[in-house]
Amino acid sequence: METPYAIEMLHITKRFPGIIANDDITLQLKRGEIHALLGENGAGKSTLMSVLFGLYQAEEGVIKKDGKEVTIHDPNDANDLGIGMVHQHFKLVECFTVLDNIILGVEPTKHGFLQKDEARKKVLALSEKYGLQVDPDAIVEDITVGMQQRTEILKMLYRDNEILIFDEPTAVLTPQEIDELMKIMKNLAAEGKSILFISHKLAEIMAVADRCTVLRKGKYVGTVETAKSSPEELSAMMVGRNVNFHVDKKPAHVGDVVLDIQHMTVASKTHKKDAVHDVSMKVRRGEIVCIAGIDGNGQSEFVYGLTGLEPLKSGTITLNGKDISKASIRQRSTSGMSHIPEDRHKYGLVLDYSLEDNLVLQRYFEQKFTDRIGFLRRDNIRKYADRLIDEYDVRSGQGPVTAARAMSGGNQQKAIIAREVDKDPELLVAVQPTRGLDVGAIEFVHRKLVEQRDAGKAVLLISLELDEVMDVPDRILVMYEGEIVGELDPKTTTQEELGLYMAGAKRDEVKA
Amino acid sequence: MKKNLLKNAAVQSLIASLLCIVLGLLLGFIVLLFINPSGAGEAILAVVKNFWNYSRANLQAKNFGNTLVKTAPLLMCSLSVLFAYKVGLFNIGAAGQYVVGSCACLYAALAWHWSWLPCLLLSIVVGGVYGAIVGLLKAYCNVNEVISGIMLNWIGLYTTNMLLATVKEPTSPYTLHLKTDATQAMLPTLGLGKLFSDNGNVTIAIPLAVLIAIAIMVLLDKTRLGYELKATGNNKNAAKYAGMAEKRNIILTLIIGGALAAMGGAFLYLTDFEQWSVTQSSVPGMGFNGIAAAFLGGLNPIGTIFASYFIQHITSGGAFVDLSKYSSQISDLISSLIIYLCGFVLFIKYAINMGIAKSEEKAKQKAAAADEKGGAK
Repeated sequence: METPYAIEMLHITKRFPGIIANDDITLQLKRGEIHALLGENGAGKSTLMSVLFGLYQAEEGVIKKDGKEVTIHDPNDANDLGIGMVHQHFKLVECFTVLDNIILGVEPTKHGFLQKDEARKKVLALSEKYGLQVDPDAIVEDITVGMQQRTEILKMLYRDNEILIFDEPTAVLTPQEIDELMKIMKNLAAEGKSILFISHKLAEIMAVADRCTVLRKGKYVGTVETAKSSPEELSAMMVGRNVNFHVDKKPAHVGDVVLDIQHMTVASKTHKKDAVHDVSMKVRRGEIVCIAGIDGNGQSEFVYGLTGLEPLKSGTITLNGKDISKASIRQRSTSGMSHIPEDRHKYGLVLDYSLEDNLVLQRYFEQKFTDRIGFLRRDNIRKYADRLIDEYDVRSGQGPVTAARAMSGGNQQKAIIAREVDKDPELLVAVQPTRGLDVGAIEFVHRKLVEQRDAGKAVLLISLELDEVMDVPDRILVMYEGEIVGELDPKTTTQEELGLYMAGAKRDEVKA
Repeated sequence: MKKNLLKNAAVQSLIASLLCIVLGLLLGFIVLLFINPSGAGEAILAVVKNFWNYSRANLQAKNFGNTLVKTAPLLMCSLSVLFAYKVGLFNIGAAGQYVVGSCACLYAALAWHWSWLPCLLLSIVVGGVYGAIVGLLKAYCNVNEVISGIMLNWIGLYTTNMLLATVKEPTSPYTLHLKTDATQAMLPTLGLGKLFSDNGNVTIAIPLAVLIAIAIMVLLDKTRLGYELKATGNNKNAAKYAGMAEKRNIILTLIIGGALAAMGGAFLYLTDFEQWSVTQSSVPGMGFNGIAAAFLGGLNPIGTIFASYFIQHITSGGAFVDLSKYSSQISDLISSLIIYLCGFVLFIKYAINMGIAKSEEKAKQKAAAADEKGGAK
């Protein structure tokens, strides 16, 4: 009797310089099952799928198809083995029709002329068989996200793929579209297709998957049958109980409201659903409030709306009693908002500028740094930079004249924090301030945030790191699909409970 | 020590520019060899010698003056390109801005009999407005500045031909001579012409262009505006994050760029060194050569002064090629080949850096190998 497994990935290990992305991971996909792959950001899901798709070569371990060992050098090999993938961001040609997109790359031709009739028949038959409603002649940019996704699925089916990988397929869908996708996936499995479903949404996994493999920090945690498991168990497996260094802080002395957001909605750039929907919250003097959530649940857009990088669709933002909903970025900054941005290379620094020029990026226009005619006061800038470099221990090769590009990530971040904190803000917005930093730098950043809070400032932290979410703030707000779904007290809550909110398995009515 | 010197950005720019010049001359020489081997060496020498082809000192001086007269507008065009480039914009529209600037001053001088200062100011305003069109389209409609710039080049050319046809000589396609019909509009020479054996075309345009180059450098390096503009050019997102008015900066940059190129037009035509031909059907190369000069000058305003002079020197030198051995287009061909090679400055800089990185890597490997050997002992 042959093996029940369509694809087996046995003891896969993939190393990158300085990190083991996949450490001895085993994943066995049965024929005709829906198998979920669950894990936090950075758990190694994408790396594992890239190995299966031939984008990376594993250092150790074997891949078997129908019990036979295979080697996959590139995506073409994967295609030949019947492995297809629906990417999180669709790979469709926007100005082509649905049919053209489906046959792209495998166009049926006769004497060099396209034979679309045959293809159309096959597509229509497939769409009927699996309940995938599409209009083959519609232009992709005109159709809904749901139909675009069905087009992607038909692309795989048209190529007679047997193993279908769905990479976080529900991220961009409305609830109704999600329900429909779940039905489609069950149909496909019933027809004998094997499905790998990558997700971190527990409810969906519980609803549709037969089994679930959990990864954490590059390691294999286990495989469970969802019918015999619970969201709580999966959440605990995903998050783990890891020891973490603790942030020392005194009890908070909470004062007046500094930031008051009411019914804020921000449109999304990539899909029609609003990225942030009707969010209301307050941040007071002397407290650190953390917005927790899994990446891509509207946190970035929330920050864009708050700091003025994107306009609000509706709602109001009040900073210290002043309505800043329509204020420019500069006005918000001079009204007392500091912003440590999510991406320090994209937003935080002008990399080709010197360290000193970057340190005055938010205040170069002040009288202290520019004289009446418009000339920069270079000597004042130098003095100011020297002071910040000294106070915040920003290390670089040539001091204030070092190009920001030539500095280490940790010191770049220190420079940004020095700049934003020294502005003496009323509200400090820190977005993933420890991303990509080593332990020492992380500690420094956390200490600075707590110092600001103790100095009576309002601090709003946006973080994806569970350790940080549990340790640093005085209050946690959980964001899920652009909405605040829970308010938690880090002293009393557990990572498991937090995980349930983050994965959308639990929600409360939160009022600000 | 030698390596450290090579790593210096200014030194690199200088080496790259000199290499480009040598390569350009070499390529020009090879082409000449193909066409007619017997005169190639002589011809390329003639190009390089330019006014030194004359043996008499007074003729040398006069022709040196002529080269300088045409350097001034070229310098202005290359400053226009350079300034926009620092803000992350490619102002290929400098050619058209130069044309409308020429048009404005000539028309005001010949039709309205304005004197030189208002003529010059009108050119600046018209060029600024012409640049603003590109800026507005870029900032508010996201139209690529290269596309709109090229189209406006042609619109500018034909509008200019049409307008200047009303002030041309009755029997030729050329506009009237300022010397005879509008002396009030001639740029003052302030006695500069005397230095070049009474070359009346040598005017304040030349020192003015140099002063403006210095002013542009000061603006970019020392002022708040320069800080903002360069930040926008280096990292648009960071500029936005820091609350800089990105759209305003784009428009302002192209207004300044347009004004600079247009001033170049006035600097040439208000000397009466050339007359505008209203039948010309291609955009004058001055603005395009400005691109080459900006890169050859290492994108540094001061470097651009020398680069502009060199390019004009070669272009003028082309006129001295022996026309009994080569056809009359050869001078343009040789100078354009050299100018073309001047665009490779950035590439050569890149090659230098790659070379340094490689040799450092090798040195490291050697050191590591030596260490291992030492360890084995």
